[in-house]
Amino acid sequence: MHEVSLMENAVRMAVETARASGGARVHRIRLRVGAMSGVVPDALRFASDMVCQGTPAEGAQLEIEEVPATCWCAHCAVEFATPDFLGECPHCHAVSGELRRGTEMELASIEFS
Amino acid sequence: MCQECGCGIGGELSIGGRPASAAHSHSTHHGDGHSHQHEGGGGAPHTHAHDDATAHQPGRQTVAVQRGLLEKNQRLAERNRGFFRAKKLLVLNVLSSPGSGKTTLIQKTATLLASRLRVGVIVGDLATDNDAARLREAGIPVVQVTTGTVCHLEAEMIAKAAERLDLDALDVLIIENVGNLVCPAAYDLGEDLRIVLLSTTEGEDKPLKYPPMFHSADVAVVTKSDLAAAAGFDRAQALAALHRIAHHARIFELSARTGDGMPAWIDYLEQQRASAKC
Repeated sequence: MHEVSLMENAVRMAVETARASGGARVHRIRLRVGAMSGVVPDALRFASDMVCQGTPAEGAQLEIEEVPATCWCAHCAVEFATPDFLGECPHCHAVSGELRRGTEMELASIEFS
Repeated sequence: MCQECGCGIGGELSIGGRPASAAHSHSTHHGDGHSHQHEGGGGAPHTHAHDDATAHQPGRQTVAVQRGLLEKNQRLAERNRGFFRAKKLLVLNVLSSPGSGKTTLIQKTATLLASRLRVGVIVGDLATDNDAARLREAGIPVVQVTTGTVCHLEAEMIAKAAERLDLDALDVLIIENVGNLVCPAAYDLGEDLRIVLLSTTEGEDKPLKYPPMFHSADVAVVTKSDLAAAAGFDRAQALAALHRIAHHARIFELSARTGDGMPAWIDYLEQQRASAKC
């Protein structure tokens, strides 16, 4: 994946958000990354220091919340964990391709001052 | 793969042979007075109006952002989609690993449609305009996007490249993405249909190895069916993998070289173009 450019987007959005709220420094960046997003959390961590360097987010802590993939079973009206894009409902064993979570690539929140 | 992935190999972005240094402008949309709600758990549940910076006290604060990392591309893709729709164009984003037969399929598709529909092509590659030259020789209007370091096409590149085509003289716009089964999956270009190719020479389990790409497909095309026997291609296994990952996708099996299976594909595109025109 293109973790360096995703991390650049995250830092740019973090700095914009902090500035718009009157902040000067970003101390913490929290990302939410889905298991099916194709994004590798370790590669984001690897890119983070380099991308933050020379920006108001230099030295910021990176926290990544990894979101497991869940499918929706319309019959049982429940969400259940799935290993890939097609999951089998643990209750009725019907197969569902309706992925509810797991494709996220989001800037969840930032801490700034 | 590219600088974005950290390897740092490659050149500059150019569209139609001209450098496009402005292709990565970073516009912001802050300062428009919108507010963000805090998440529960961390800070106190209150909202910040972003145009009221003076309301903040010194000290660290947490603010929920909840924005997609690719939202800028998504916005530009939606703009492309609206523009293309107004032009009544059917737009295809063709994706696969390198060497799966994208250019050959596009060339044959344009030739077979020629008597009924006018096809234009935008081709993305890291370097060279070999694919564009092939298509141009076949009489197809084509713009080459040389991405330099970038391993995928983005919506903004398509907007710029499309300016170099006479869209009013086209019915179908085919975008040949950079040969890569990873990164292009995440970038919407404003297409109507995403076409993902799996060639018989590259292994039946590709959909299982690259699930985000195949899951994003509206159409999966098994190409080079004429080489299936020579390559020992296990058709049942490949279709099972496609059904598992791309269960919603329409599947075609064809050989652009021999023409086998092409009529069904061409009919499908004509139907899609007819509905895009409405």
